[in-house]
Amino acid sequence: MTDKDLTSKSPWTTEAMQKRLKKRYRKETAFKAVGLSGLLIGLCALAILVISIFTTGLSGFKETRLTIDVYMDPAIIKAAPDLDEDARIAHMAKVNHRALIRNSLRLSFPDVKSRRDIMALQRLTSNGARDEVRQALIDDPTIIGKTIPMNLRASSTVDMYIKGQISRDVAQSSRKISDKQLVWLDKLNAEGRIVKGFNWIFLSSGDSREPELAGILGAAIGSLLTLLVTLVIAFPIGVATAIYLEEFAPRNKWTDIIEININNLAAVPSIIFGLLGLAIFLNVFNMPRSAPLVGGLTLALMTLPTIIITSRAAIRAVPPSIREAAIGMGASKIQTQLHHVLPLSLPGILTGTIIGMAQALGETAPLLMIGMVAFIVDVPEGILDAATALPVQIFLWADSAERGFMEKTSAAIIVLLLFLVLMNGLAIWMRHKFEKRW
Amino acid sequence: MLISSAAYFIGRRKALQSVQGDVRQLHSLPGHYGWFSAMTSLLPGMIIILAWIIFGPVIIDNMTLASLAGLEGGEKIQSLSDFDRAIYLNDIHNLAVGDATSRPVTESLTFAAQYYQRAQQDIFWIFSLSAVAISALAATLGIRKISPTMRSRNILERLILSGLALCSLLAVLTTVGIVSSLIFETLRFLDHVSLADFLLGLKWSPQTALRADQVGSSGAFGVIPLFAGTLLITFIALVFAVPVGLLSAIYMTEFASRGARAVFKPLLELLAGIPTVVYGFFAALVVAPFIRTSGDFLGLEIASESALAAGLVMGVMIIPLMSSLSDDVISAVPQSLRDASYGLGATKTETILNVIIPSALPGIVSAFLLAASRAIGETMIVVMAAGMAANLTANPLEAVTTVTVQIVALLTGDQEFNSAKTLSAFALGLALFTITLILNFIALKVVRKYQEQYD
Repeated sequence: MTDKDLTSKSPWTTEAMQKRLKKRYRKETAFKAVGLSGLLIGLCALAILVISIFTTGLSGFKETRLTIDVYMDPAIIKAAPDLDEDARIAHMAKVNHRALIRNSLRLSFPDVKSRRDIMALQRLTSNGARDEVRQALIDDPTIIGKTIPMNLRASSTVDMYIKGQISRDVAQSSRKISDKQLVWLDKLNAEGRIVKGFNWIFLSSGDSREPELAGILGAAIGSLLTLLVTLVIAFPIGVATAIYLEEFAPRNKWTDIIEININNLAAVPSIIFGLLGLAIFLNVFNMPRSAPLVGGLTLALMTLPTIIITSRAAIRAVPPSIREAAIGMGASKIQTQLHHVLPLSLPGILTGTIIGMAQALGETAPLLMIGMVAFIVDVPEGILDAATALPVQIFLWADSAERGFMEKTSAAIIVLLLFLVLMNGLAIWMRHKFEKRW
Repeated sequence: MLISSAAYFIGRRKALQSVQGDVRQLHSLPGHYGWFSAMTSLLPGMIIILAWIIFGPVIIDNMTLASLAGLEGGEKIQSLSDFDRAIYLNDIHNLAVGDATSRPVTESLTFAAQYYQRAQQDIFWIFSLSAVAISALAATLGIRKISPTMRSRNILERLILSGLALCSLLAVLTTVGIVSSLIFETLRFLDHVSLADFLLGLKWSPQTALRADQVGSSGAFGVIPLFAGTLLITFIALVFAVPVGLLSAIYMTEFASRGARAVFKPLLELLAGIPTVVYGFFAALVVAPFIRTSGDFLGLEIASESALAAGLVMGVMIIPLMSSLSDDVISAVPQSLRDASYGLGATKTETILNVIIPSALPGIVSAFLLAASRAIGETMIVVMAAGMAANLTANPLEAVTTVTVQIVALLTGDQEFNSAKTLSAFALGLALFTITLILNFIALKVVRKYQEQYD
């Protein structure tokens, strides 16, 4: 550099250059902001989704009950005093519980006279209220002839009104609850006879046509059985495939084909697996429709690629020194694998398996194909019983016209997400706990 | 099972006895001899049981039908078509277990049912006894072969190895199963509808006549409107997801601090873990009504099952896919390229736009292709948020239907399996499978090529 250069203006300080520099910096900030906004849009979508599910879903865990003085009218129950225990229970099950509730409601609302109004009054309570009266009668025969206050389950419409999902400002014709019913409810409310509580039936019973009686236990058990089948099939086969491909397979055209195959299977749409299950398991092998066995088999085929790919990564992470040491001690190749490589890579394999299982738990489309969409009230007891799964139950409820099912759908989604968070949390925890640096 | 576990211990003892408890003289570990004899007994038994599961019912059915031939009216059954015979057999099965039958219970039917029950028991006993006998036989043979010089470990390990190889074949078998079942059903479908009508038809209304004399419902199986709808929704999803995913990937790899990245990345990937049925519910519950009311506000008429709602939510679903894939490829760009660009005086933005994105472009393209294939094959969101009626339109505010929606609609509920309506679902499935396969294949090829470039 010469003196002349120092005295003359450097091109960096000319006005045009400065302007250009400023522009470039402005562009820099703008681009950074655009990038951030992209990220924020994604996060916003997540936030809206979670918030909207939780705001509609949390009330699904609550239920409304009406405290009614039920007069256990001996004239309606007509119980013979000298029945043995079994006969008594059988008799109590046949009692006209509906009439018991109706008459008790009439006693509480003496000014309700017409037949139609009484029917409307009765509709404040759920059909499940009859079961509660029956259970009370079975539990304690001495209550016959007495008047006892009972917390009876309210109907879905009442439940939604109390939770504020039906507004009383709307015209009577466009809401499901009539003005008269509102007046009665106000009276009950004024007497402190409306109780809110935790909806145990939601967690402890199967599906139902009535939103207030519908539960997710049946679907949850169905999901559990399905996942069990998936795990039993996919885990051993997946791990065996991974060991073979990673450790034993000769490098040739065949193994190349298998590898490309697995990678492609991982990206096949899940509904195609449903078609496969329908065509092969149901139509060729004549397995029972709607059974967790078929669902599990289908999902196993679907999760197999995930398990194979993660297992291979875990096996690859075991350093060759371990293998060489084992072989140096005189172990055969199989012994090396089974006694050393497999135990060391097991945490990684299990992590992958859990992630695959979480995927299978959330999967709906293949299960629709093999008929796990039926309306099933009973909780399934084996892998051959007809069953639904949690996501399918969500789909069914979301499609239901009954408005009371909306909060149930969201509540079921919350339960499903809870399971998924637990499973993924377990996977992350395992990865951290057993992570080894070689 | 019992026999083989017994064989394990006997074989192990025999091996030990043959060398008077001196393990060193054995070729393999005592356990290996045990496993060897267990396997020799288990495998033939398993084969018998498998044969029973597969062939047993057929044998019983044939025996039952043959027994009917001697009976009055038996001749008729022999001359029935395959399909009618299957129905007849089904009735026999149902009667045997006490279910309802589709025809009046005749004498020959009850006879057949009783025969069926008896035959079932007999065959069961024959098979299980022979299975037990053969495994016992094999076990004794296996145990007799045991001697100190026998290389039981090598045999056992060859067995395990072939078991492993067999498992790895299952993945191929799955693909073969998918392809063959789809192609098989599609060919049957093409008996009803010509290929040209299927691929080029502009109308989709899969209502076939239930009875032959019904009027005017021969059905139309033109696949174009379905693919138009699928592409429309996919296009909307990609228009939303690609910029958002790409920008967040760029921001997270290039601008965000390490701590921010550690928070944002898992949060964004949470979106990938949410089941699609939840997205579907979200689309139907929140997004679609929102779009409709805002449309009302703007004076636009928007269908409540508009393609826009389904597409947007699907876009949200594929954001994490797009962002994590592009994140990977952007991180894979060598630091030296970045440093060179900075050394020339480029700002970060200029480096990203002029250096990093061009060199990561193949990876970004393949991420785009994978996202597209994911969107095309996505089912639950569109089932819950898109329409049912086929509608050939490019207007995102109208309701359209997609291939996957139609597959679900055609196959849920009870249908007979032979109608063109049900079979068309498999034809759609084949089309879907082919398209996604091609997209995935190209994407994987591009990624592999790209990886080699920098390795």
